[in-house]
Amino acid sequence: MTELSQEQISAEIAAVHAAAGTGPLPPHPLRDFRPYRSSTLRHPTHELVRADPEEIELVSPAFGHSDVAPEESDLTIQHSGEPLGERIIVAGRVLDGEGRPVRGQLIEIWQANSSGRYVHKRDQHPAPLDPNFTGVGRAITGDDGSYRFITIKPGPYPWKNHRNAWRPAHIHFSLFGSAFTQRLVTQMYFPNDPLFALDPIYQSIVDPAARERLKSVYDHDLSVPEWAMGYRWDIVLTGGKATWMEPEEADHA
Amino acid sequence: MPEQEYLQTPSQTVGPFFGYALPYDGGPDVASRADPDSIRLHGTVYDGAGEPVPDAILEIWGPDASGAPISERGSLHRDGYAVTGFGRAAVDRAGHYTFTTVRPGATAEGHAPYILVTVFARGLLHHLFTRAYFADHDPFLATVPEERRGTLLVEQDGERSYRFDIRLQGEGETVFIDFKGDGRG
Repeated sequence: MTELSQEQISAEIAAVHAAAGTGPLPPHPLRDFRPYRSSTLRHPTHELVRADPEEIELVSPAFGHSDVAPEESDLTIQHSGEPLGERIIVAGRVLDGEGRPVRGQLIEIWQANSSGRYVHKRDQHPAPLDPNFTGVGRAITGDDGSYRFITIKPGPYPWKNHRNAWRPAHIHFSLFGSAFTQRLVTQMYFPNDPLFALDPIYQSIVDPAARERLKSVYDHDLSVPEWAMGYRWDIVLTGGKATWMEPEEADHA
Repeated sequence: MPEQEYLQTPSQTVGPFFGYALPYDGGPDVASRADPDSIRLHGTVYDGAGEPVPDAILEIWGPDASGAPISERGSLHRDGYAVTGFGRAAVDRAGHYTFTTVRPGATAEGHAPYILVTVFARGLLHHLFTRAYFADHDPFLATVPEERRGTLLVEQDGERSYRFDIRLQGEGETVFIDFKGDGRG
């Protein structure tokens, strides 16, 4: 089998985006997104069945400082020495679609090191591991929904979706809302990454405005002089009032 | 100034490299195995070719035996006694997962008891919700086409042991759920 080229993947991405049109588009990725080859056998072919959430789904597990120590939000102090790379602060707020803070909930992050290498044993990228960096952090959101991590800017890394495939630098985020239906696992990106247009995972979101919402912004006020650069990223766990509607509901509008 | 709009943050895949980050000690043990009321909930995750998925991670969230949601903390640091209702388990190389938990009660009169199951995996760009039901008389189950309803039911395969396989695609594809009311895609 000939190896897939970036050109071919980019053409497939463009075709799916064109077919999606410009009308109201879903905020989430298409689960069936062929340019991301791993999705081919792992997406349901039946439509999801709509259900009213029951009481259990309208609440979330309770997490607190008994679960997460404050120092777990600093990924640069987990070993005896300082990790290599660009020290950064990533901060923002977790909100619901009405702009209300999601308080006292768990945020987990994980990422590659500054060379683009994960500690995960199956990561075969021939880039160095950093004995002073694991790349895992946790925090509990404050009363205003705020969070703040200190970490190292992750590097981009190659993967095997197609020939010469590289993931834009990103930090994985896992979030719990006030209801379990708001559960979210996603990735935060950095501004101006040249790989955005080429990446089938990022481009699996067909709404260009929604894709923008995965990019952090450089925030000079968040930077700490002579110490670290600041990136701000707010996370919204539910659709707001003027959100994309299921086609089924749009029919009745 | 126009009112600020708060637009939903999109999902992205959990990817292949969560193994050193998301699983944690005690994650699959919502209840102690020594608890005489605990049950085993286990199964295998399959892809559309019928092959086990070796890199999925599952979460369960369920009420207590009376059907009430639990507000106990301690899901990440199990003390061996508190039942928090939340568990997380990565599948093994054969795509198999195991939780120890409590058999849930029904959350509402006339509804069947179930545990909410969330599936994350490489290749899955947005997680999937399903429910592992312990009985079949239920108003939601009644809305599911009869030939697919069985995919939502656990199968008892031992004393206090229940099997719940998950098929992401193809023959016997598990029914996955889209919750109304929060703008999910």
